[in-house]
Amino acid sequence: MSTSHSRGLSRLMMAPSVGLLLIWMIVPLAMTLWFSFQNYNLLNPANVGFAGLFNYRFFYTDPAFFQSLWNTLAIVGGVLLITVVGGIAIALLIDQEIFGQGIVRIMIISPFFVMPPVAALVWKNMIMHPSYGVLADMARGLGLQPVDWFAQYPLLSIVIIVAWQWLPFATLILLTALQSLDGEQKEAAEMDGAGIVSRFIYLVLPHLARAITVVILIQTIFLLGVYAEILVTTNGGPGYASTNLAFLIYRTALLGYDVGGASAGGIIAVILANIVAFFLMRAVGKNLDR
Amino acid sequence: MARAVSPRRKIAFTLLAWSVALLLFFPILYTLITSIKTEGEAISGFNLIPSFTLENYVEVQTQRDYWKPFSNSVILSLLSTLVALVIAVPAAWAMAFSPTPRTKDILMWMLSTKMMPAVAVLVPIYLLFRDWGLLDTRTGLTFMLTMINLPIVVWMLYTYFREIPGEILEAARMDGAGLWGEIVHVLTPMALPGIASTMLLNIILAWNESFWTIRLTTTNAAPLTAFIASFSSPQGLFWAKLSAASTLAIAPILIMGWFSQKQLVRGLTFGAVK
Amino acid sequence: MKLKAILLGACSAAVLAGVAQAETLTIATVNNGDMVRMQKLTDDFTKANPDIQLQWVTLEENVLRERVTTDVATKGGQYDIMTIGTYEVPIWAKQGWLLPLDNLGADYDVDDLLPAIRSGLTMDGKLYAAPFYGESSMVMYRKDLMEKAGLKMPDAPTWDFIADAARKMTDRSAGINGICLRGKAGWGENIAFLTATSNAFGARWFDENWKPQFDQPEWKNTLDFYVKLMKDAGPAGASSNGFNENLALFQQGKCGMWIDATVAASFVTDPKSSTVADKVGFALAPDTGKGKRGNWLWAWNLAIPAGTQKAASAEKFVSWATGKHYLDLVAAKEGWANVPPGTRTSLYKNEAYLKAAPFAKMTLDSINAADPKNPSVKPVPYVGVQFVAIPEFQGLGTTVGQLFSAALAGQMSVDDALAQAQTVSNREMQRGGYLK
Repeated sequence: MSTSHSRGLSRLMMAPSVGLLLIWMIVPLAMTLWFSFQNYNLLNPANVGFAGLFNYRFFYTDPAFFQSLWNTLAIVGGVLLITVVGGIAIALLIDQEIFGQGIVRIMIISPFFVMPPVAALVWKNMIMHPSYGVLADMARGLGLQPVDWFAQYPLLSIVIIVAWQWLPFATLILLTALQSLDGEQKEAAEMDGAGIVSRFIYLVLPHLARAITVVILIQTIFLLGVYAEILVTTNGGPGYASTNLAFLIYRTALLGYDVGGASAGGIIAVILANIVAFFLMRAVGKNLDR
Repeated sequence: MARAVSPRRKIAFTLLAWSVALLLFFPILYTLITSIKTEGEAISGFNLIPSFTLENYVEVQTQRDYWKPFSNSVILSLLSTLVALVIAVPAAWAMAFSPTPRTKDILMWMLSTKMMPAVAVLVPIYLLFRDWGLLDTRTGLTFMLTMINLPIVVWMLYTYFREIPGEILEAARMDGAGLWGEIVHVLTPMALPGIASTMLLNIILAWNESFWTIRLTTTNAAPLTAFIASFSSPQGLFWAKLSAASTLAIAPILIMGWFSQKQLVRGLTFGAVK
Repeated sequence: MKLKAILLGACSAAVLAGVAQAETLTIATVNNGDMVRMQKLTDDFTKANPDIQLQWVTLEENVLRERVTTDVATKGGQYDIMTIGTYEVPIWAKQGWLLPLDNLGADYDVDDLLPAIRSGLTMDGKLYAAPFYGESSMVMYRKDLMEKAGLKMPDAPTWDFIADAARKMTDRSAGINGICLRGKAGWGENIAFLTATSNAFGARWFDENWKPQFDQPEWKNTLDFYVKLMKDAGPAGASSNGFNENLALFQQGKCGMWIDATVAASFVTDPKSSTVADKVGFALAPDTGKGKRGNWLWAWNLAIPAGTQKAASAEKFVSWATGKHYLDLVAAKEGWANVPPGTRTSLYKNEAYLKAAPFAKMTLDSINAADPKNPSVKPVPYVGVQFVAIPEFQGLGTTVGQLFSAALAGQMSVDDALAQAQTVSNREMQRGGYLK
C-alpha cells in the first residue's frame, strides 16, 4: 500500500546499492566480454587482435571441458548434500540439552572461521597425507594400507574439505530455524503419540524447508567458484579428475596468461551459473515466498 | 518450561555431541598442537603431546612482521563491513517495507553478480585498479570487499527487516514521527540484532577472502591472507612453522567468533524463520 | 589522467627535493630458505646505503609467479625488484619488460658467474637477471642401503642401473622404497622431472617445426619406464608427491634413492632435520647411453622490471645480494654450508666451502653438464632442459602433468595419457600460432 511519495523514497534508498552493484556488474562484464573476443595473451602483447568466437570454441573444445562441468556440479552437489544432511543432524543434536553446550557449539562452528587456503593446507598436510597424515597413521595403527586420498578419491577429498568449511554455516542457519520451532507444537505432537520419525518428517522438516533453501542458495553461489582448495591439494588431477570450471579458468588465466580464453571461460561460467540458478529457483525457490 | 530430560538420555546426547564436535574441531586443534611442536615432531607421526615450544612463533615473527598484516585485516574487514552496511541498510529497508513485484528479482539479480569467477576478471580488474591508482591501497581493497559482500548483506538485512511487523511502522507514522524518527526509535531497536549478525558474518567473509586480498596488494594493504601465502609450501617441510602462521592468521577471527557465538546462533536466520 | 599528472608531479617534486629523501624498494621474493635468510641480513646493505629502504613481499612460488607476471605484463609498477626463474627471464627480456643489468659495479665480476647459468640469463650479450642461487638435479642415495643390496653406485649411473638398484633396495615391510620421484601434477613438479628425464631417453617436446612429439616411441619408453619403476619401487601415493613430500620421505629414511634438485643435498645432510644425514651419497643424474643426462638447470634470479622509477637503487641492491661479498657475509654469520650455491665459480674453488659442503663437487658437475640450448639428443627449437621457454608452457605443462600423474596413479594407461598429451599440445601449438 505504498504511496507514490514513499515509492520514490524507497527508490532513492535502493539507489546506492543497486547503482553500485550495477556498475560493479556491468564494467567488469563488459571488459570481460570485450576481451573474450580478443586474441590477448599477457605474455605476448604484440599479437593482440580480434578473434571472433575463437576463444569460446577453444574453451569448450578443451578435452577437460565436459568433465569440468560434471566436476563442478559434483562438488556443488556433494557439498550441499553433506552440509544439509549433516547440518540438520548436528543442529538436531546440539539443540538437545547436553553438558557443555556452549563449548560444543563453539567447536562446531569453528571451521567456518578458517580461511580457505589454510583449511586446504591443513587437510592436505596433516590430515589426508598418505605418509604423515593423521588418517594414514590411523590406518597403519589398524594394520591397513593408508588411503592415498588425493590420488584415489580426488573429487571426494575436495568435497570433504569444502564441506568441512561450510558445515558450520549450514548448521548455524538450521539451528536457528530449529530453535524457532514452537515448543508447544513439539509437545503436542509428542502427546499425539507421533514417533520420532514421523515428528521429524511432518513437523521438523517442513519447518526447516525455508532454512534449507537459504543454505542451498547461498552455498551454491560460493561453491560454483571453488578453486583455491583444488589448487593447493590436487592441482586438478590426476588426469582431469578434480578439474572444475573455476580451476579450468584459473589454468587458462594464471598459468596460460590467456586473457581472451579466460574471459570466454568466465562468460561461459556466468551463463552456466545462471542456468543452474534458474533450475534451482524453480526447484526450491517457492520455499522463499512463504 | 520443557519437561525434564532423563539423565541417561542427556548423557548419551552429550557423548554424541562431543564426539561430533571434537571430530569437526580436530583439524584446528591439531594445527594448534602442531604449532608448538618441533619440526621433527611435526612430521614424525600422530602425536597429541607436543613439546610446548614457542620457537615456531618466534621464527614466524622474525621472518615476517605479523602486526601490519594483522592491522590491515582488522581495518579492511571492519571498514568494508561498515561501508556495506551503510549502503545496504536503506536498500534492504526499502525492499522490506515497500516491496514491489520485482523485489525478489532484484535480490536474485544482486546475488547473481557473484557468479563471475574471480580468476576470469583478474586482468580487467587489475587494469582498472592500476589506472585508478588503487593497487595496494586499503581504499581499493575496502571497495573490493564491500562490493563482493554487498549482495549477501542486502539479502540478510532484507530478511531481518521483513520480520519487523509493518504495523509498528504505521503506528509510528501515525504518531507523526518523521523518517529519521522512524529509523531511530522503531527500526534500530528492532533491527539491531539482525544488523549485528549481518556485521559478524560479513566480517568473517571479509577476513577470509583470499583471492583479491592477495592479488591486489603488495605490502601496504596486504592482510593476513598474504601473510599465510608467504609461509605455505616453501622449499622443505616446515609444518610446525606453517601451523604457527596459520594459528596466528585464524586466531583473531576465531576468538571473535567464539565470543559472539550466541549472537551468531541467534541471528544467522536469513529469514529462515517464519 | 589528471590524477596521474598530479602523481607524476608529486614524484618529480620528491626527486627535486633532494637525495636526502629515502627511497623505498619493493622486492618480491619466493619463500625459500635462502631468500628468507637474505632478508635477515639486509642490515649490511642498508647501513652502506642509508638512503635506500627495503620492503619485502614474500610469497610461495606459484602465487609469486602469478603476481609478478600479472604486474609486469600490465605494467602495474608494484615492484622494483622481482625474483624470477630461469624460465621467465628469456621470455620477459624478449618483451622488453626487464632492464639490462649494466651497472652492477666494478667488483661484481660477471665472469665469475657459472657459464651455464649465465648464458640462460643473457640475451644479445646483455645480462637481464642476476642469479641468486642455482641448481641442477642429481641422484641422492643411501650408502648403507646400497651396500646392503650388494651394489656400488657409480659417479655417472645409467637408468638401467638405477632401476635395478631401486628394485633391489625396496623392502616394503620395512617401509623402504627403492626410489622416490616426483609425481605431483604441475609444470614445475612432475613435468620438470619427466621432461629432464625424457631428454636422457632421447625424447623431446617438439621437433624443429614445433610439432608435439608425444606420439613418438621415445616418450612411450620414458613414461613406461617411469610408471613401472614407481610401481615396483616407489612409495605409496607417489602421484601426489612433489619436491617437499619426497624430501620428507628421504629425510625419514623411507627412500633408497631420490633424484631431484641439488639444493636438496644441504637438507638431507643436515643432522637437525634428517635422520639419514651421515649416510647420503651423491651421483650425476642417470643417462641411457644416448649422450644426454636428465639433469636440469634452474636458478632463482633477481631482475628489475622496466617500469620502475628506482632503477639505480634497485641495481645496487641486486649487485649486493648476488655479489661475492654476500657469500662471505652469509659464511661469516651462518657458516659456509648455508651459502646460496650454484652461481659462482669462485665458490667452488673455496676450500672452506668445499669442506663444509660434501655435495659441492657433484652440484658443480651437474650444473656444468646441463645444456639448455641443446637439451635433448635430437635438435629442438626451444631453450630449456626441464621446461620449454615459451609463454604457453606453464598452462600446457600443467595439463600434461595432470595426465602423466593420472598414468602414475593407474587411472589412465600410458598410451592414453600420451595420446591425450599429444592432442592438447597440438591444440595449444595451433592456438599459439606455432603450427600453421
